[in-house]
Amino acid sequence: MAYKNFILVCGGTGCESSKADEIYKNLLAEAEAQGVKGEVQIVKTGCFGFCEKGPIVKVLPSESFYVEVKPSDAKEIISEQIVKGREVKRLLYRKDQQKDIVKLEDIEFYQKQFRIVLRNCGVINPENIEEYIARDGYAALEKVLFGMKPDEVIAELKTSGLRGRGGAGFPTWMKWDLTRKAPGDVKYVICNADEGDPGAYMDRSTIEGDPHSVLEAMTIAGYTIGSNKGYVYIRAEYPLAIERLRIAIAQSKSMGLLGTDILGSGFDFDVEIRLGAGAFVCGEETALIQSLEGKRGMPVPKPPFPAIAGLWKKPTVINNVETFANIPVIINKGGAWFAKIGTEKSPGTKVFALTGKINNSGLVEVPMGTTLREIVFDIGGGIKDGKKFKGVQTGGPSGGIITEKDLDSPITYESLTALGSMMGSGGMIVMDEDDCVVDVSRFYMEFCVDESCGKCAPCRIGTNQMHSLLTKISKGNGELADLDKLERIGKAMTKASLCMLGGSAANPTLSTLKHFRDEYLEHIQDRKCRAGKCKDLVVYSIDPVKCIGCGLCARRCPVNCISGEKKQAHVIDLSKCIKCGECFKVCKFNAVLKK
Amino acid sequence: MAKMTLEDLRKLRDQRKKDLERRDVDGKNVQIIVGMGTCGIAAGAKSTFDAILAAVEEFHLEKDVVIRQTGCMGLCYVEPTVEVAMPGMPATIYGKVDADVARQIIQKHVVEKTLVDNHIFDRPAADIIKK
Repeated sequence: MAYKNFILVCGGTGCESSKADEIYKNLLAEAEAQGVKGEVQIVKTGCFGFCEKGPIVKVLPSESFYVEVKPSDAKEIISEQIVKGREVKRLLYRKDQQKDIVKLEDIEFYQKQFRIVLRNCGVINPENIEEYIARDGYAALEKVLFGMKPDEVIAELKTSGLRGRGGAGFPTWMKWDLTRKAPGDVKYVICNADEGDPGAYMDRSTIEGDPHSVLEAMTIAGYTIGSNKGYVYIRAEYPLAIERLRIAIAQSKSMGLLGTDILGSGFDFDVEIRLGAGAFVCGEETALIQSLEGKRGMPVPKPPFPAIAGLWKKPTVINNVETFANIPVIINKGGAWFAKIGTEKSPGTKVFALTGKINNSGLVEVPMGTTLREIVFDIGGGIKDGKKFKGVQTGGPSGGIITEKDLDSPITYESLTALGSMMGSGGMIVMDEDDCVVDVSRFYMEFCVDESCGKCAPCRIGTNQMHSLLTKISKGNGELADLDKLERIGKAMTKASLCMLGGSAANPTLSTLKHFRDEYLEHIQDRKCRAGKCKDLVVYSIDPVKCIGCGLCARRCPVNCISGEKKQAHVIDLSKCIKCGECFKVCKFNAVLKK
Repeated sequence: MAKMTLEDLRKLRDQRKKDLERRDVDGKNVQIIVGMGTCGIAAGAKSTFDAILAAVEEFHLEKDVVIRQTGCMGLCYVEPTVEVAMPGMPATIYGKVDADVARQIIQKHVVEKTLVDNHIFDRPAADIIKK
């Protein structure tokens, strides 16, 4: 019998970690217990993107959008909605805790989005190949295998204008064309799923929510360039994505969509998973290939490019997860359709992982050319707790900070580079007035020091030197000459490093130096950190006039360094204070001072 | 599952498409709402609902029709009730809809665009509420 209702439970890593799996199991158990098992289909899907309000449960066809659902809510969802046909109003999404319930199509978070890559995320069950097939899955493969020559596939990609979504923006058609024309009978296809930027999780969610789209595109790539073997290089710390990918590969193989003689076309293609140990540098294609070959993951000089001599010195196409996920749609709808979306030089959409001090953190897919302001303030809902916007870090440790004055420039590969940042893989970290640029730059540089593979001197030594200079400034020992040194080392690293890890490691520092030089000067000349993040420059004290002696701060202090009689002014013992700022946060009378 | 041929893949896609289309809401412009309050269910709304599902399948309307359930519409004396809203037709509430009438509603109202006589009931008190 056909189902009357459908419950979609988010099964992305974000919602799973807040018990979405328990919700799913409870819903199944309740449906059984309440005798409506045959009337409702309960599906675990990929990420809905609205991670801020997770776990998310969507009920169709009533289009009820439930947020922050708990496992204990399962009983009510079944008994109210499925049995009696009434929405569970208390769980529906409301904006800013207001009374009005917002209809699904009116949620601003989704209004400006346009989903190509995430087309199936939150719609289908990623562990069921039939649902993917029903959404035109493997139709592109069918079209390519039985109706297109490799040249025509490349021509279609050229028309689409698709550029690599891993960050550098190299035209995908050119990569495929070079590999196809490279001499050699053994060639490889690699999917780069080694997503390593802090705060970025676009690729993880794409694989978790729609693994078959990547497999289908890899097979198309194989057919186009003349390869029979593909590898997905994915980091081991993505267990759910790996699991879903394994299931997807097994299903495709058993149905003959991977393996020998695919769909009776005579074309063979197989995909294997290779797990990465989580080194940032392995996201760089040549280092990734080294790691795939079983060697230590270190980049090698280009040329030769992977298209000529890649994996085991054979011609290799290596594309990012998001790039691949676009391809079945381009084949199905045509390159011209795709080229109309976005801007002329950067067609299509881009997925961003919006995190940091923002109201709606989550996964968003917008047409290229959308402005940062639209992403941060319309989709993202603005800054948390009404604080002031300071900047957005795009491209993670390789990118730069974009400030208020540039918020209205449309996002394209070129515009971000011109602003001293880069597209990167799509991490977007929003900062507010409480974030200190020196501290942020120091954090990213520390990350690069840890992740530098150490092969080339500019990166190995440069990141270390810049890190110690930044640490010196954040401790209040900086000198004016240090700023010039930072810039000089940064520029040298950018030019001389072997790969983009070193080549872009100075970006956060250089861009903050450009946009927030006054804050660096404050740290050096006034020994002051206005955000209060550089602990050595902050001193907490209690204003004896304002303090009423409630003792709240003393109770909250983790090191017991606040003392005082009841109803008398308290004092902070600075020799013990660890400057955690807890007293400043809890005081209701503004009696704790931060200097 | 055994290896598929091109034929098998196409067949499987068409077959599964219907299941997923039923889940989809976007772009469907025929709304059928079944009153599933206690009164409705007691009067047999569940078999009405099943009959509508079957008829939608029979006439291949999965792409166009959303079937929702709602609570009591206030017409308890003529349950089960079914409301149909679609472009080009007045929004209509049908009462005393058993499985047979349900099929007629799909065939006549949705496909042939003619009302199903003897089962039309007004929205309660619609005539005394001024718009």
